[in-house]
Amino acid sequence: MARIAGVDIPKNKRGVIALTYIYGIGKSRAQEILATAKVDESIKVQDWNDDQIGNIRDAVSAFTIEGELRSETQLNIKRLMDIGCYRGIRHRSGLPLRGQRTKNNSRTRKGRRKTVANKKKATK
Amino acid sequence: MARSLKKGPYVHYKLEKKVAVNIETSKKTVIKTWSRASMITPDFVGQTIAVHNGRQFVPVYVTENMVGHKLGEFSPTRSFRGHAGAKNKGKK
Repeated sequence: MARIAGVDIPKNKRGVIALTYIYGIGKSRAQEILATAKVDESIKVQDWNDDQIGNIRDAVSAFTIEGELRSETQLNIKRLMDIGCYRGIRHRSGLPLRGQRTKNNSRTRKGRRKTVANKKKATK
Repeated sequence: MARSLKKGPYVHYKLEKKVAVNIETSKKTVIKTWSRASMITPDFVGQTIAVHNGRQFVPVYVTENMVGHKLGEFSPTRSFRGHAGAKNKGKK
């Protein structure tokens, strides 16, 4: 068991992969961390010794991760919404920000389809 | 692609002049402009700028947070009020 950066306990995986379970650390950062901590990438987490864990903790603490990172992104979004710029308005209305089409698709932003009942056709 | 740093931020020259005059005389007259592409520089803070949206001038009071954005971002060109019939469902 290894606790790094609070709650994350990825075990029996290779070091590079396990570190990516931390929010804010992807593959390239994981590689960087292991390089600065001088730990081989393919050592599994359970095989790390205490020295190595200490080094890795130090290397990880150089980045903003987890809760801190999440709140930072939220603050950035909040700033956009507060100043009332175009991107902020799009955030508010839950639509894509970067000029993508909204006639179809963009379901990630818009959520599940909300079907609207057919309008009655005018009878001739 | 981002603008070259060598050139510095783009501000329409007439707008720049008007802002400078406003600062010099420490007045807060509303400046009308069509230049939506102009970047908001720190000089603009506290000024009110009426930015054209194609139909009318939208007054924008510039705050510190807005520095670095373009004027057009604060003057929406489209007004989507919702689809017909969407309102009787009631907004959440």
